Amino acid sequence: MAEMAIKKKRPKNLDLMTIRLPLPGILSILHRISGAVIFLLLPVLLWLLQSSLASPETFATFKSFVGNPLVKIVLLGLIWLYMHHFCAGIRYLLLDLHKGVELAPARLSSKIVFVVSIALTLIIGAKVLW
Amino acid sequence: MVNRIVVGAHYGLKDWIIQRATAIIMALYTVLFLAVVGAVGPDTFEAWRGIFAGGFMKFMTFLFFISLFYHAWIGVRDIWMDYAKPDGLRLILMIATAAVLVGYAGWAVQILWRM
Repeated sequence: MAEMAIKKKRPKNLDLMTIRLPLPGILSILHRISGAVIFLLLPVLLWLLQSSLASPETFATFKSFVGNPLVKIVLLGLIWLYMHHFCAGIRYLLLDLHKGVELAPARLSSKIVFVVSIALTLIIGAKVLW
Repeated sequence: MVNRIVVGAHYGLKDWIIQRATAIIMALYTVLFLAVVGAVGPDTFEAWRGIFAGGFMKFMTFLFFISLFYHAWIGVRDIWMDYAKPDGLRLILMIATAAVLVGYAGWAVQILWRM
């Protein structure tokens, strides 16, 4: 109960415009945003998979669609969102196991997530899209 | 801080575990899929379709999709719980989310087994 009384007096700042989010915080909100965007695009992605697999004709339509430079940019962005969600997710699984929960390792691991996810995105984009 | 008294109920432990179990399944599938695509290098329709033709990849892909949709359910539901405050709106959004995800699961089965 004493602990509860202390907690209530702690100052709060929830003004999004004045909060300077540290890197693990940016990683966290991007984890949520990337998940939400992938969820919203699920029908498009399922449609793409369907056209790529249904028949040679739909495969040709699929190829010309993903051959569009604008679509390629969007897909590259999506690959990055997926890779960010993937890498940040692995970091969270490690945090669940109490690996890297201290401030310095947590900051370092969030940097690693950004570097690795962007590198993987570029490699996959180079192999698959271009 | 929400001053709630935790008694008896599970308080989301099941969802917490499922979120992580489905994440691990999807992460393993992602590595498997990239390895297979890297090895096959599917340039033609036949080669691309061949990846999903075998029973093993079909099963793994199906498992990936079910994990994805369950994972998305928990994640998106958490988003509605955080931002959609009116009860009616939250309920509608949750039902709509569950409905589309169940539909997607049927769609994914159809894509995999009717190709």
